[in-house]
Amino acid sequence: MTTFIDSPKDPTFRLSMLIYDTRYRSLTIQCVALIGFMLIAGWLVNNTLVNLQTLGKPVDFDFFRDPASYDINQRLLEYTSRDTHLRASFLGLLNTLLVAVLGCVTATVVGVLVGVLRLSRNWLVARIMTVYVEMFRNVPVLLWILLALAILIESLPRPADFRGDDPAASMIVFESVAITNRGAYIPEALFSRSLGDVHLFGDSSVRFDVSLDLLLILAVFLASVYAVRWNLNRAKLIQERTGDRPVTWHVTTGLLVVPTLAVLMALGFHLGYPELKGFNFRGGTHLRNSLIALWLSLSLYTAAFIAEIVRGGILAISKGQAEAAGALGLRPNRIMSLVILPQALRVIIPPLISQFLNLTKNSSLAIAVGYMDLTGTLGGITLNQTGRELECVLLLMLVYLSISLCISAVMNWYNKSVKLVER
Amino acid sequence: MSEMSFVRSDMLPEQAPPPASAGPVGWLRENLFSNWQNTVLTVVSVAFIYYILAGLFPWIFQSVWVADSLSECREIMKAAWGSTHGHACWSVIRERWLQLLFGFYPSELYWRPILAFILLLLAVAPVLFPEVPKRLFYLTAAYPFLLPWLMWGGTIWVFAAVAAGFAVGWIAYRLLEPKAGSLGAFISAVLLSIIWWLYIVDPVSDVLQGVIPIGLTALESRVFGGFMLSILIGVVAIGCSLPLGICLALGRQSDLLVVKALCVGFIEFIRGVPLITLLFVASTLLNIFLPPGTDFDIILRVMIMVTLFAAAYMAEVIRGGLAALPTGQYEGADSLGLDYWQSQRLVIMPQALKISIPGIVSTFIGIFKDTTLVSIIALLDPIGLTNSIRADTAWNGIYWELFAFIALLFFIFCFGMSRYSMYLERRLRTDHH
Repeated sequence: MTTFIDSPKDPTFRLSMLIYDTRYRSLTIQCVALIGFMLIAGWLVNNTLVNLQTLGKPVDFDFFRDPASYDINQRLLEYTSRDTHLRASFLGLLNTLLVAVLGCVTATVVGVLVGVLRLSRNWLVARIMTVYVEMFRNVPVLLWILLALAILIESLPRPADFRGDDPAASMIVFESVAITNRGAYIPEALFSRSLGDVHLFGDSSVRFDVSLDLLLILAVFLASVYAVRWNLNRAKLIQERTGDRPVTWHVTTGLLVVPTLAVLMALGFHLGYPELKGFNFRGGTHLRNSLIALWLSLSLYTAAFIAEIVRGGILAISKGQAEAAGALGLRPNRIMSLVILPQALRVIIPPLISQFLNLTKNSSLAIAVGYMDLTGTLGGITLNQTGRELECVLLLMLVYLSISLCISAVMNWYNKSVKLVER
Repeated sequence: MSEMSFVRSDMLPEQAPPPASAGPVGWLRENLFSNWQNTVLTVVSVAFIYYILAGLFPWIFQSVWVADSLSECREIMKAAWGSTHGHACWSVIRERWLQLLFGFYPSELYWRPILAFILLLLAVAPVLFPEVPKRLFYLTAAYPFLLPWLMWGGTIWVFAAVAAGFAVGWIAYRLLEPKAGSLGAFISAVLLSIIWWLYIVDPVSDVLQGVIPIGLTALESRVFGGFMLSILIGVVAIGCSLPLGICLALGRQSDLLVVKALCVGFIEFIRGVPLITLLFVASTLLNIFLPPGTDFDIILRVMIMVTLFAAAYMAEVIRGGLAALPTGQYEGADSLGLDYWQSQRLVIMPQALKISIPGIVSTFIGIFKDTTLVSIIALLDPIGLTNSIRADTAWNGIYWELFAFIALLFFIFCFGMSRYSMYLERRLRTDHH
């Protein structure tokens, strides 16, 4: 490639060259941009400092050690109102993550189902799914959240309706789940010969207990999975050597079920059922209405977007792929699982993860239904009680930003790993 | 022998298709009852639709339209149908629909938001549809100054003087360009405009108002509410975020390291936090960031934050469009001797924007839906108003009718936008399908 650079006839440097000479212009623009940015940033910081001085509230994070003195009714760890603001915020963060994980799982399941059904050859089913998708995509999520909460509170039976010889409402799933207008009560896992808990982080604000029972069950289950994989590999080797594949399914089932069951029995596993006592249900795990409303509405709302992504991903695979697979003699199920899905996933997964990101960010709307997530604790009551707007809001943003950056890091790693290797 | 032939020498007459594979019956067989799984699905779907409609129709149509309170509604329902359950009380909408649309805007001034909305439709018409006369673009250019004047009122001269600042900048640019070159002229034009806005707008508008007083009743922001507020915030955010987003996307694609870093930082930061935290910034922090004593309007602060939020998303959508353009387009523009801005304006942007239309419109829809979040910082958008309607003892405990009305309005707007984007995609499609 030949390039022509007009060499300056006059070698001396003039000031106007900073603007008119392409060699220096980009440098000038960048310097101006940097100086402008720093001036603005400095101006903002200066304003902030002056304003905070006048208000008598210098930046200070000591308030985190003060007692929070408010209650968090839906919580994953033990907490009392005498705990610190830091502990309250930590529980809020866990609540955010809880609803995000629950929501992402449900949204994916519903979304994939709806997306596939939208492509159904049955005209009626496809239309119903279209109506569902358009209905949820074109109405604000906040409205869905409030609507879900109103439905739960207004239309479900009161706990008192479960009482009496001829109750107006009854528990479902073998008398184990009670769905009331105060929330759902589900059975909890109990161990009569429990190994106890390990207390982590002593007495600090992020202390939590790890159940040894759970750890043991997980360890045993993972070991069985490992054994199953070893067995399958062995079967594959035998098949390659002799041409006959040994029967593996009974070994697989046995390995997966027997050790885990044995551990459960050794630990004395049983379920604690909710029971109606006095005015309310006792026992079991209590899922508050706020959590259920948020979970349901966020999942259904995000599922509508995921359905469109799934549908788009499947349609993006050219018809020739399916036809070629058919010509090779693959059955329809195999065509889907071996040819269409692996290619469609490459298209589907990146926008899917960004929908997960959206769901996590939308979970901050919990504040509208009183679910104590990070926004409800740190950005809500803690902020209002302490009057530390700057610290609370900045910290809130920082935490959400870190969650988002973690999720996008995962996405980038995935994109790199499935990228088509082009010649 | 010659009479004999083994191949038919004349065509058979065309026969009608078998009755089971043509017409409505054939359609039903193919689309609803092609095999037994399909039949089961159809039956289940019909049952589902029947279940939904059997609940919904009585609720919508066997309803009370005239009543003064929820308890009166319930009495009428009990008298008419024997139960209060499953029947809507639309009288709340009948009584409060103006409030849901306009908030607490004085009713004798409703013509102002209505006029602003009609002018909005006229102003965007030449942008949206090619058949509309091009002269309407003058209205489009004037609209950003007409809208705040109509909504907030006050003297027209302030807005006219602000608009004149742009004219001053443009004239300065045209005059200086031959002498100082494009970059120098641009910088001096911007400086001149800023000086005009800071020092000349106030005295000039005062003088003009003294000589020719033209003005509307000035209104405070707290009367703004209802659907009007959602549309106002949405329109401002959508209108401002597109140019800002284009600038950010270009900055992110640029070779200038500092500019690129600033744009990436801004976009990733805004996209990483929920809108609600930005609204907290608008409601609590923005006044702390600005010089002591500044206290500007909460709606304006919210508009700024929503615009910044929308711009970051818009930038990513447009960046996608820019990245999808083949490198040949950039090289082609360079080989024609176009400079950076010319090639962006004439070659790159028209194509990149065309590619990103679906993304741009879905960002618009998202922003419009997200304007409901302002109810959390106590602005009275439709959702915020439902709380104040319920605070009235007459309507305490009413949910469904209000939510249904709001959902319907949002649905109409958002669905309309998404249909328009499909129309636009079809119209702009230049490849052969």
